[in-house]
Amino acid sequence: MIELEGLTKRYGEKVAVNHLTFSVRPGIVTGFLGPNGAGKSTTMRMMLGLDRPTAGDVRIDGQHYDRLKDPLKYIGALLDAKAMHGGRSAFNHLLCLAQSNGIPSSRVHEVLDTVGLTSVAKKKAKGFSLGMGQRLGIAGALLGDPRILMFDEPVNGLDPEGIHWIRNLMKALAAEGRTVFVSSHLMSEMALTADHLVVIGQGRLLADTSMADFIEQNSRSYVRIRSPQRERLLDVLHSAGITVVQAGAETLEVDGGKAERIGELAAQHHLVLHELSPQQASLEEAFMQLTAESVEYHAHSGGAPSPAGAPAAPSPAPAPGQWGDGWKEGRS
Amino acid sequence: MSTPQQPPTQTPVPQAVPDWQAAPGPSYTAAYTSPIPVTRTHLGHALASEWTKIKSVRSTIWTLGVFLVLVVGIGLLVAAQTTNEDFGNVPYTIPAFFGLVLGQICLITLGVLVISSEYGTGMIRTTFTASPQRHRVLAAKLIIFFAVAFVVSAFAIGFVGLVTESMHGSGEGTAWGGSVVKGALYVSLLGVLALAVGSMLRHSAGAITAMLGLVLVPAILPAFLLMSESLRTIGEKMLDYNAPNALAKIFGLDEGNGSGGGAQLGLLAGVTAAAIAGAFVLLDRRDV
Ligand SMILES: Nc1ncnc2c1ncn2[C@@H]1O[C@H](COP(=O)(O)OP(=O)(O)O)[C@@H](O)[C@H]1O
Ligand SMILES: [Mg+2]
Repeated sequence: MIELEGLTKRYGEKVAVNHLTFSVRPGIVTGFLGPNGAGKSTTMRMMLGLDRPTAGDVRIDGQHYDRLKDPLKYIGALLDAKAMHGGRSAFNHLLCLAQSNGIPSSRVHEVLDTVGLTSVAKKKAKGFSLGMGQRLGIAGALLGDPRILMFDEPVNGLDPEGIHWIRNLMKALAAEGRTVFVSSHLMSEMALTADHLVVIGQGRLLADTSMADFIEQNSRSYVRIRSPQRERLLDVLHSAGITVVQAGAETLEVDGGKAERIGELAAQHHLVLHELSPQQASLEEAFMQLTAESVEYHAHSGGAPSPAGAPAAPSPAPAPGQWGDGWKEGRS
Repeated sequence: MSTPQQPPTQTPVPQAVPDWQAAPGPSYTAAYTSPIPVTRTHLGHALASEWTKIKSVRSTIWTLGVFLVLVVGIGLLVAAQTTNEDFGNVPYTIPAFFGLVLGQICLITLGVLVISSEYGTGMIRTTFTASPQRHRVLAAKLIIFFAVAFVVSAFAIGFVGLVTESMHGSGEGTAWGGSVVKGALYVSLLGVLALAVGSMLRHSAGAITAMLGLVLVPAILPAFLLMSESLRTIGEKMLDYNAPNALAKIFGLDEGNGSGGGAQLGLLAGVTAAAIAGAFVLLDRRDV
């Protein structure tokens, strides 16, 4: 269990992480989602005691990271695949980490085997491809057989095989009862791996929800219809008790998956349809909307602080008010 | 583009997993327990780790290799050029002095690299994630580096002394053990100072340049300072305390006995202690 409380980080004027409060539970994969520059890496560095928070607190099972007496057995982290001395062999890289935590060197062989690097154990890390570097980083994270694992954008730049391997590894680790915390800027990636979702934008918490809830609330399915006989079609659908939204000059949208029913109604009334297609709003769109709102919020509200532990999932966006609203607010 | 094939269920596979989900409150029941025994980490672990680090990179082999070649190589050349009479009242280790003046740059370089290469490569984040007690890591680096530098330089000086004595020994030479210890101590402390500077500057080239300035400027500047009446005393102090001159005193090159250089060694120890203190303070304060 990792608990963040009002975690804040400023770099000069820039607020990289803004009053984050959430917790990461064991036994599931928690996805940490946000566009580039949202503050994911900064948050993770603070969790690991690498960066000092400007305000707020992070606790690992109730303790500060630097008070852990055997950190590698608590947390394994992969922040950056290149965070190693390229001149050192894979084996020696892992050995010096193991020794610093009193982990037997036999464990080094085990994790090398787990990530499939045994054959290049004596090779220098600088000759490794990105995927191999990533595997070596993960081997380091697994060294202490930790109960918490943290990965920062682990699939970035990997080939499909590597991506597949990492996804399965994370799921397997969580299924063993471990806490898995993984960041990404891609909703599609999270949808495949995460059970729980924490979304941030511009350092603020935007959503803290289960993946299932997020999908349910955000993946609206609807039917798109185009017809030259739009008025008559509207009447027909209306009398059939189907709610229609006019989405454009010629386009209508109907919520839910009623394509067959609509097609049959149109046929009965000899109406011409140019399009009748079931649509699914993608999670990526939902995510972009969510984070775009945070950007807009900033742009319009002149830095009025948002309530801590911000709204859940599709936050009721502050109506994109008139230009100058924030300016007025700021003065009053 | 991959679309979600199936919405992941909120409840993960619960087979053989304790009821962690039933207790989301602040009850820190270990969800996963590792078979690896828990050990309370201490300085010994950090020392073992730093020992593995220092011996598993090329830069160590290179810097120490060049150091040995310089001290022993130049030392033996000098020894071959001298006669028995030259060692009337000076230690047999004198030939090592000439190589040490150059060789100290190798130890400075290694001292800086021991820490700045970790910042340069990003390894430092991995290191501090594994050992969040930063002061312990720095202490281990200082101890391991000092031990390596001292043993290697004492060996080099001692070896030159032995060979020289066997070539020019007349039975009643001066005792030279002290010059081995003091000479090795001086160059090793310079390396430790370089490590502390490297820790504060976090940048290899910058720290090596700063250290070269510290060693060379006081050796060159006095030539100019002595020309000015008002700066004369500063110039004289620099002349007396600069690194090459300190080594010369340790090896009895100026007064003709191998026991000088105590004040110079003291000054270097003081400066090094101050730099180490600064490095520890900054290490704790700054983000990695
Ligand atoms: N060391 C730093 N100094 C100054 N600004 C930083 C530093 N680290 C991160 N930032 C800024 O903080 C913001 C968050 O960065 P980061 O945590 O890397 O985001 P993410 O990982 O979500 O892409 C960015 O605007 C970035 O420019
Ligand atoms: Mg990042």
